[in-house]
Amino acid sequence: MIKLTVDEKEIEVEEGCTVLQACEIAGAEVPRFCYHDRLSIAGNCRMCLVEVKPGPPKPQASCALPASNGQIISTNSKMVKDARKGVMEFLLINHPLDCPICDQGGECDLQDQAMSFGASKTRYIENKRAVEEKSMGPLIKTNMTRCIHCTRCVRFSTEVAGVNDLGALGRGENMEITTYLEKSIESELSACVIDLCPVGALTSKPYAFNARPWELTHIETIDVMDGVGSNIRVDTRGNQVLRVLPRLNEEVNEEWISDKTRYAIDGLKNQRLDRPYIRNKHGALEPSDWDTAFNKIKDGLSKVPTNKVASLVGDLVDVESVFSLKLLLNKLGVENLDCRIDGAEIGQDGRSGYIFNSGISGIENADALLIIGSNPRIEAPVLNARIRKRYLKGNFPIGIIGPKSNLTYPYQYLGSNSLDIEKLKNKSNSFHKILLKAENPMIIVGMGALVNDFGSIVLNFLRELSEFFGVVQKGWNGFNVLQTAAGRTGALDIGFTPSKKGLNAKTIFSEGEKGNLSFVWLLGVDSKDVLKLKKPFVVYQGHHGDVGAHIADVILPGAAYTEKSATYVNTEGRPQLARQATYPPGEAKEDWKIIRAFSEYINNKLPFDDLDGLRNKLYEDFPHLSFIDEIKKPRWSKFGTKGKLKSFELNSTINNFYMTCSISRSSETMAMCVDQLNRKKLVAE
Amino acid sequence: MVSLLKLLKSFFLLELLKGLSLTLKYLFKPKVTINYPYEKNPISSRFRGEHALRRYPNGEERCIACKLCEAVCPAQAIVIEAEPRPDGSRRTTRYDIDMTKCIYCGFCEEACPVDAIVEGPNFEFSTETRQELFYDKERLLANGDRWEDEISKNLQKEDKFR
Repeated sequence: MIKLTVDEKEIEVEEGCTVLQACEIAGAEVPRFCYHDRLSIAGNCRMCLVEVKPGPPKPQASCALPASNGQIISTNSKMVKDARKGVMEFLLINHPLDCPICDQGGECDLQDQAMSFGASKTRYIENKRAVEEKSMGPLIKTNMTRCIHCTRCVRFSTEVAGVNDLGALGRGENMEITTYLEKSIESELSACVIDLCPVGALTSKPYAFNARPWELTHIETIDVMDGVGSNIRVDTRGNQVLRVLPRLNEEVNEEWISDKTRYAIDGLKNQRLDRPYIRNKHGALEPSDWDTAFNKIKDGLSKVPTNKVASLVGDLVDVESVFSLKLLLNKLGVENLDCRIDGAEIGQDGRSGYIFNSGISGIENADALLIIGSNPRIEAPVLNARIRKRYLKGNFPIGIIGPKSNLTYPYQYLGSNSLDIEKLKNKSNSFHKILLKAENPMIIVGMGALVNDFGSIVLNFLRELSEFFGVVQKGWNGFNVLQTAAGRTGALDIGFTPSKKGLNAKTIFSEGEKGNLSFVWLLGVDSKDVLKLKKPFVVYQGHHGDVGAHIADVILPGAAYTEKSATYVNTEGRPQLARQATYPPGEAKEDWKIIRAFSEYINNKLPFDDLDGLRNKLYEDFPHLSFIDEIKKPRWSKFGTKGKLKSFELNSTINNFYMTCSISRSSETMAMCVDQLNRKKLVAE
Repeated sequence: MVSLLKLLKSFFLLELLKGLSLTLKYLFKPKVTINYPYEKNPISSRFRGEHALRRYPNGEERCIACKLCEAVCPAQAIVIEAEPRPDGSRRTTRYDIDMTKCIYCGFCEEACPVDAIVEGPNFEFSTETRQELFYDKERLLANGDRWEDEISKNLQKEDKFR
């Protein structure tokens, strides 16, 4: 520990702290532009000047100065104040001061700090510098004349995102931040540079000129675009979601979110189901009302034996809705129900077999990693950034069995066939020794390894492998399943899986195609397989007119993730609360309310009337879900089925990062990103 | 004695005569009222009347949708929506003032960084229906075009005090 004095206050800080961090601990405010907790230290804005004794009689940049014993630091002496004023004057020399037309206005670091630390008047009368606009793709709007050269964006893209697309050309006044070839940043986290930019040089293109920060209502909620469950803040005006920003959560997403999380929200405006629909005699869907729709479902359900009834829930569905649907189906005696619509064979025995056991922050404690059947960069970009963070600390061998792609960190490629997993047991295998030697080895299993007819066998094999290599040991569980769907873990926790006699998703689709099923209730299911269900009577309950709505006989309009107060369990098994930011459009209702209302129509009333009642019942049945934001570590148990590994190729289940769900498929911004990507591919060819 | 005096005063209608004599006096003095609407008083260059949105001499609208007037308006009478114009510049798609809410405080013109929204010298904009007092962007720009000469003269006059 180091003892030092900040503004006449004695404090103790840890070894390796910088003076700026020490000042922060002491509660002294130090202005800064280039310094950021999660990026390397650059020391080029000079805004964080403080007076340090003993030392040269001049102000020093505190962000780049190590704290040491006996330092006497003052952050508010006259020298410091004058120095800050001077630095601010220099920064503003080339800044255009076009705050009224700048989107950063009102939430701009430079604006705020110029008000608190700058001089009140300018003495500069010469011409200002002007910089040519740069093109950075459909997400980032540039206005490089405003740039103050803090290089946060450059450091972010090289360090966190792991792509060398951004850089600086020229020196001094002529320095320009650029993507060199006027292209977009090839990263799934690219838009985080907008948050990092302390001025209005990089702003959000889809949000351009939309609103001012003081007009917005902020609602803290949870993202559903991937299995990570990033913590987000949804900014709304009226009943419109205008933007999504990351919220700090060290355990989950730190302070990054993926571009899909940030920009898929314009999909919430398009293709929405805003009233019930019923398919008429001519096979066309026509608008209807709740009463008729419910009666039609009741008719469709009445003469059907329960073994011909099936139900599936999709990827974006919250725990409350799944729970109410399950209660209803249990009352009716339906056994054909499933949430694993991609056909993954997980979740039927033991919670440790389908969650990310080590936790996302656990990646930082691992010392060897094996990724099987997954491309974490597109399946969970934020999680991939965490793997890269661990890689940057050094001494972290990574092996991959699965798709070969640029993951932003080097890895040892061990093949793409399922039989390559078996080869790991050979002592001659190059990764065998690494896993054996590692103290905290980790395995990440993607859906790519589990969504086929042998998924359960693979799972069993991996469990044995984990036990063999010490991936699971006392105080450490590095066996991780990376879910790609936000609602999957929650639905599995509820047990929305078929009973022993029941049909699973794969067979529901195939039997439905053959005509052996009479009634199917789809809760937000929009996978392509749904198109097979042409013969049975299909009820689609969801928020977008996507694949599921196309084949439905009755459509019940539900609420999207920003429109309901709901619980989502992320891939770690962490229940998180999403809060309502806007109201569902038109006559659409929250999903659990629809199910509760329908239960009354068939004289099987569910035992709750409001959300509190529903949650009480939920917590009673599944106590671990009541611990919001906490992971209840499950016991290690046996899962998977014994059998011989068959040969098949391991591919990622996601091939287009920007369009994975009904919301992102309806989003114009995401379509623009896909377009950009395709053009790049064409150029490359 | 006092009560007797009081009695005499009221008996001879003294106070009434006093009042009537004042009226008579003003009958022969020059008039201070004017024959509105045929005659009008001069108004200050700082007069805060009907709102107008101004244009630059080349015809480009001044307003850049910074929304400072919307933010400062104490009566919350202003509603602005904006988006990038095809040429990339920042412009409003909607600029509404509810003249029934407006309290004519002049904060909007004070907040405006480009002198776009101003309160002009016009005070004769009464209407027959309430709806006509919900001004939109078109109406405000038309006001600006109509009153530009006076408005710019007034602004020039006040320039050194701002």
